[in-house]
Amino acid sequence: MADNILFFTELLGLKVFDLKGRRLGTIRDAALVPLVDAIRVDRYLLGGGWSWLTIRYDQIQSITLDGIYLSDEQLVPHHGDDYMLRLGRDLLDQQIIDVHGRKVVRVTDITFETVQVSGRDELRMLEVDVGLRSIFRRIVQGVIPPRWSRKAMTRIPPNSIRWEFCNIVEADPQRRLRLNITHNMLETMHPADLADIVEELSPEDREAIFETLDSEVAAEALSEVSPGIQASIIESLETEKAAEIIEEMSPDDAADILAELEKETSDEILEEMHSDDKDKQEMRELLEFSDDRAGGMMSTEYVALSHKATVSDAVISMRENEELLESLHTIFLIDGEDKLVGTVPVGRLFTAGEGALLDTLKSDGLIKVSVAEHQDKVTEMFDKYSLLALPVVDSNGQLAGVITADDIISVLRNS
Amino acid sequence: MLKKFKYHIAVFFSVIGPGFITAVVDNDAGGILTYSQAGAKYGYLPLWTLLPITLLLIVAQEMSSRMGAVTGKGLSDLIREEFGLRTTFFMMAALVVVNLMNVMANFAGVASALELFHISRYISVPIAAMVVWLLIVKGTYASVEKIFLFATVLYVCYIASGILVGPDWKEAALYSVTPVLMWDPDYITILIAMVGTSVAPWMQFYLQAAVVEKGITPKDYAASRIEVIVGCVVMSVIAFFIIVACAGAIWSVKPRDITDATDAALALKPFGPYAYLMFCAGLLNASLFAACIQPLSTAYTVCEGLGFESGVNKKWDEAPIFYWLFTLLIVIGAGFVLIPNFPLIKMILFSQVVNGVLLPFVLVYMILLVNKKQIMHEWVASRAYNVVAWTAVTVMILLTVALVGISARQLVGG
Repeated sequence: MADNILFFTELLGLKVFDLKGRRLGTIRDAALVPLVDAIRVDRYLLGGGWSWLTIRYDQIQSITLDGIYLSDEQLVPHHGDDYMLRLGRDLLDQQIIDVHGRKVVRVTDITFETVQVSGRDELRMLEVDVGLRSIFRRIVQGVIPPRWSRKAMTRIPPNSIRWEFCNIVEADPQRRLRLNITHNMLETMHPADLADIVEELSPEDREAIFETLDSEVAAEALSEVSPGIQASIIESLETEKAAEIIEEMSPDDAADILAELEKETSDEILEEMHSDDKDKQEMRELLEFSDDRAGGMMSTEYVALSHKATVSDAVISMRENEELLESLHTIFLIDGEDKLVGTVPVGRLFTAGEGALLDTLKSDGLIKVSVAEHQDKVTEMFDKYSLLALPVVDSNGQLAGVITADDIISVLRNS
Repeated sequence: MLKKFKYHIAVFFSVIGPGFITAVVDNDAGGILTYSQAGAKYGYLPLWTLLPITLLLIVAQEMSSRMGAVTGKGLSDLIREEFGLRTTFFMMAALVVVNLMNVMANFAGVASALELFHISRYISVPIAAMVVWLLIVKGTYASVEKIFLFATVLYVCYIASGILVGPDWKEAALYSVTPVLMWDPDYITILIAMVGTSVAPWMQFYLQAAVVEKGITPKDYAASRIEVIVGCVVMSVIAFFIIVACAGAIWSVKPRDITDATDAALALKPFGPYAYLMFCAGLLNASLFAACIQPLSTAYTVCEGLGFESGVNKKWDEAPIFYWLFTLLIVIGAGFVLIPNFPLIKMILFSQVVNGVLLPFVLVYMILLVNKKQIMHEWVASRAYNVVAWTAVTVMILLTVALVGISARQLVGG
């Protein structure tokens, strides 16, 4: 075990000595001031009972397992610590997000690195400890001497997370600002991972995260969260923020969430949304369909062209709908009355000349379902015809939407 | 016709939730044994305790579900966050030991229920343990839970048995509201054991976790509270009929000790094969149900409190401690039952003692938590509520101390 390492459990209870070597008391907690420095331990809280004193980091000469020796004894009483991240109170035993390992963990201990800065010892946050080794250390703390416990614990494999990968969740927005806590790191994660993490947190913390996330990231993550939790998250947010997030979602996902809400809440959100009336109208229509019918499963985001269009028309139309491209496999052909007449797999566009009529590229046999079809039948069709996308038509045979394979996977997973 | 049946099932499952399940599983093998014993030996006399027991159960369950709804966190999470790791660690360690005893008692219940059908425990218990383990590991437990729940309709059989026996209803009604205390150590033990088996520590952890899992929020908490109360009342009604059945079948003939729950079932034989069969089937279902829930709930509680990965959707090497914990609980719990000449009854009695010892600690932490403004916000406990809760806890502690004393004496002496 390196000598320049100190654990928070060891720091707690360390004796503090003044310039003449007299004992002043013991360490009760330590704190960062994140607005000034995100890794340096800035304050040490000394004493017990109601009267705690604050030691600033530059008043300390040396920190070892034998105690803390001060270089300046002008200590001030501890009060008002809104701007401090108190390690013992705010971090120890609380849940944080391990951004690198993509999971929620509970902090058992903290590992500091001791660094010499102009002859003084400073503590820097190195890792947050989870798992058996740190549990062992916490339990024997104060019962056996720290040097013994350091020796004994080497037999247990360590489990730590580097401090820069730790994301603290703070529910109070005021405090979040004072402590300089952002959830920016979360935005770099895959939405599905973020969704898993969010599901593990308490409702309060979920709300805190969705409040601060960029609406686009929030929308992607929210689409992956399980339906019951989706609704409770949206309900907990301010209507404005909720509307922003819903706006970013695809109409079918958005309609699914709105359908889970109470009528009043979903109306309020729809009212607040800035999207054009056509989108809202679509969403309202989607809301009318029951969940277990084709109409309730479908999305209204698709590319449909006239059956007289050419390949170059299709390419232009795809350029205009760039946001759909990631999951676009099929182009739909409609006649003058919006009736579905055929489907063209996107891949075929590459093998045909620019001027070729789309009508000549369409697949044999038109497979489609009506909006009223039950989801079991829809699932069966995907299996039977090995589909990636299935067009949905209304009672007039007009194209209403599309069901894609990922919708089917969600249905199967949830059943 | 089928549609109507489906509709009724849907209503059944929408009405019952975490509170109901917890209360139902509360009447596990240990519970059935205790109530049978009470009725067989003292007839209608102990019936009066059911009213205070119900009240106590409601207070405890209400606290758990309220905390779950408001904080969205499990009880072990809250204890960890508010009282630190060491407190949590010792409480979890105690919980594991206590729940191991409970699991054992329930495998003993499986063994004795099936022995009545001449199936050796050396066959029934290993198979039951395998089944329970597979149900949990394969993640199929959630769907099987519905079957167990539906099978709790079998509890109606206790009511039926109670009626078939033809007890003295006038006396039963009278003693339900007439407290009778005698300075007979055995009588006091039975009374305390009844409390001990009715309000068990694991239930508080399980219920709170289940409320969180179900996503109940403070807004829809009112409905949840009603369900908790209904669950507690149903549990007491079943207990009432078990006591009455045994009072009518055994005590009115000749008061005596019974050696296990099946002893009670055998005594029902003269009243027709159905009373007997139904008693056994109920016992088997209760034991299996509890043998599934208790190891699983223990593993979740411990892992959450100590910060280990948990969940049946994780792989074995992702959540090793979770998997090992419930596997060992099942293997050791079932294993003890198979040791020849193992003093099962004594162990079940002992399991209630340790349940009782742990309970006041759990309850005290719960009351402290439910009074913390920063976690409970406007749902913090009111003064009147605190008076009731602290009184209940004080009574529990006194009873527990008495129970520990008496049981320790019995264990040493008997």
